[in-house]
Amino acid sequence: MSLLFDTAFIGTHLNYWLFVILMMTGLYIVVARGNLLKKVVGLNLFQASVFMLYISMSKIAGGTAPIEIPDPNAVYSSPLPHVLILTAIVVGVATTALALALIVRINEAYGTIEEDEVLEIDRAKSLAETAREDERDNEEARAV
Amino acid sequence: MIEAITTFTAQHGPLLAIAVPLIASPLAILMVNRVAAFIVTWLSAVTSFGLAAQMVTITADGTVLSYAIGGWAPPIGIEYRVDAANALVVLIVSMMATVLLPYMRTSIEQEVAERQHTLFYACFLLCFTGLMGVAVTGDAFNVFVFLEISSLSTYALVAMGAAKDKRALSAAYDYLVLGTLGATFFVIGLGMIYMVTGTLNLADLGRRLAEVDAENRTVRTAYGFIVVGLGLKIAMYPMHRWLPGAYTFAPTTISAFLASTATKVAIYVLARFVFSVFQIDYPFERDTLQFVVLPLALLAMFTASFVAVFQQNVKRLLAYSSLGQIGYMLLGLTLLTATGLTATFTHLFAHALTKGALFLAVGAIIYRTGGPMMHNLAGQARLMPWTSAAIVVGGLSLIGIPGTVGFVSKWVLIQAAFEADLWPIAAAIVASSLIAVVYVWRLVEVLYLQPAREGAAKREAPLTMLIPIWVLVVAIVWTGFDADGLVSVARTAGESLLDGGFVADGARIIGVPGR
Amino acid sequence: MDHHLILRVVTRLLVAPILLFGLYVQFHGDFGPGGGFQAGVIFAVALILYGIVFGLSRLRSIFPDRWVMRLLAFGLLLYAGVGVVSLIQGGNYLDYNVLLPSAKAGQHYGIIVIELGVGITVFGVMMAIYYGFAGRPPSIEDTDW
Repeated sequence: MSLLFDTAFIGTHLNYWLFVILMMTGLYIVVARGNLLKKVVGLNLFQASVFMLYISMSKIAGGTAPIEIPDPNAVYSSPLPHVLILTAIVVGVATTALALALIVRINEAYGTIEEDEVLEIDRAKSLAETAREDERDNEEARAV
Repeated sequence: MIEAITTFTAQHGPLLAIAVPLIASPLAILMVNRVAAFIVTWLSAVTSFGLAAQMVTITADGTVLSYAIGGWAPPIGIEYRVDAANALVVLIVSMMATVLLPYMRTSIEQEVAERQHTLFYACFLLCFTGLMGVAVTGDAFNVFVFLEISSLSTYALVAMGAAKDKRALSAAYDYLVLGTLGATFFVIGLGMIYMVTGTLNLADLGRRLAEVDAENRTVRTAYGFIVVGLGLKIAMYPMHRWLPGAYTFAPTTISAFLASTATKVAIYVLARFVFSVFQIDYPFERDTLQFVVLPLALLAMFTASFVAVFQQNVKRLLAYSSLGQIGYMLLGLTLLTATGLTATFTHLFAHALTKGALFLAVGAIIYRTGGPMMHNLAGQARLMPWTSAAIVVGGLSLIGIPGTVGFVSKWVLIQAAFEADLWPIAAAIVASSLIAVVYVWRLVEVLYLQPAREGAAKREAPLTMLIPIWVLVVAIVWTGFDADGLVSVARTAGESLLDGGFVADGARIIGVPGR
Repeated sequence: MDHHLILRVVTRLLVAPILLFGLYVQFHGDFGPGGGFQAGVIFAVALILYGIVFGLSRLRSIFPDRWVMRLLAFGLLLYAGVGVVSLIQGGNYLDYNVLLPSAKAGQHYGIIVIELGVGITVFGVMMAIYYGFAGRPPSIEDTDW
């Protein structure tokens, strides 16, 4: 693909390339990090990349804030994506607050915020429950 | 007077169905005691249910309701647009909320600390508002906002299960991470189609995307992002990791409400985007559904049902069964025929009733015995005969035995498979139903054939729980015998979606026009 | 609380201007950049700063917990109430034109009330988040930092 090495293409779409890099970084952190807190950081990065995507597409070269000015030749940036992103930021804040609250509760309940350890505790508990049930099933079978 | 009210509600129905629970939510917080909060919550659910029923009757003949928020005419302003497809979804959500709430009042006495009850109701109302909003809105970004309103409150509600089992916390956290990823993928997709078309109104998007070249890569990428994003919300097969934990450890009413509404609403959104917004004639869109989503749906039907067989936790068993049922709904959608969509919408309704009844009945047993494990169920048929009978009827409907609503939807689905000349798929539907027989039989065996704990006295669930369960059970059987109404509404929904949904130019549109 | 003298003095000086700035952003929002979202956060920041420096208990004595939920609910009701009023006046939900006899005045005052509702709710939410996290034991001792 010659398109990838087209410097003009990269140059004019720099925002979008950065969006892709940020998005993949965020996604990678969410997937690869074991610490619950770091996952939230990754999630925030991932969401922030979307903000960047929206803001980039509303930007017009030489455009000003969409508040009417006396100049008849004025070019205005599109306000709609900004408004959408304001909403998305609020959603992001709510998500972060809720995620942090959950982490605080997990830390209180499990004594750790490492995903592996939390999963280990969960699995041990589930296995114990299942083992008890299997035991009971076997007893039933013997009784029959 | 009555006529004036019905005209008013017909005109403002799409809005009122959301505004009433939204306003009731802060009211519930302001109420001094939890009885008052419950009454406010329940009344708002009943009102929404009434409005939804009216919308279903209005839209049953193909009429489209349009509502311009703030009087700003679409496509510039935000529009709420209701046709047969969303009216049915709105009906499912509000019906489940109405039936569940009296049950919830009893069940959260054990599951949630008393001082949190009013907040619990408020949170539930927000979740309810969000789901209704997703179904009603005709604006793409609004879909995202409402989806997040419902999801965020759902995460909190799932985490409330921590009072009984701390695993609810990690389940809620998983759900939050995956749900947020899904929503963000969805927004990225929206951003891309906004870049191409410059509009966010769903009907307008559909019209403008029809003029876009089929080879447009931005539209294709957007399609991929939206399908994956919604797939996470739907718990489409390989993206289902959050679902079993969330359903298992949430308070039982919340499990029932989520299982019967949340994934259904997401499936509706997927159908809306696939058929109304994107052009299904484009090869990329069609192939994605037929060669990616359809095999995944088949895989879900078998693997999830198979995993369900081995579960010792009954709520987890039902959760895996839900995953399998989601497979059926996606299967109907990916057949891309009117009958297939009819099957999807019938199954949305059927599964909402069935899984709702099952989760509630299991919840009643948990209420009396303290746990969701198999040994808690042992011999309960003698101690709680009515609740156990409800589980049996629900189980039969899950399998698809004639005389239950589950049969109706599977019948339509098999018809759709034959219509599309895909008899192996019809065979797969029957075969996977046989797996359901195994896990339902396990429940029946434990309930009826095993001895109860020694010295346990006969104690039926309280009436506030039993009545909601049996309302759903009666509905299961009733629609099982008299399914014409349901199937015809579902067919109108499917056909209108296939025609491009509420984009159709010939549709009779009523509502308050904006300026 | 004998140490952190500079912090305490600066905070005392800053809290009032921050509150004022919050109000400016709030009421300037209908014809310039600003509005309820930003104003609510700025307003909450003043109180949170006070809470961080002077301790949670002192903040709680001037802004009790029970007000947080009430404010939050009241803001949302204010917002939704505007919509209900426009419904009663015969318009669509949130149609500001019908709020007052003149459409222009309706638009003007409609958005002010809406932004006020948003501002109060955001302020309430921010305070709720702060109280939710800061109010959990074990808290950081004053000597720890």
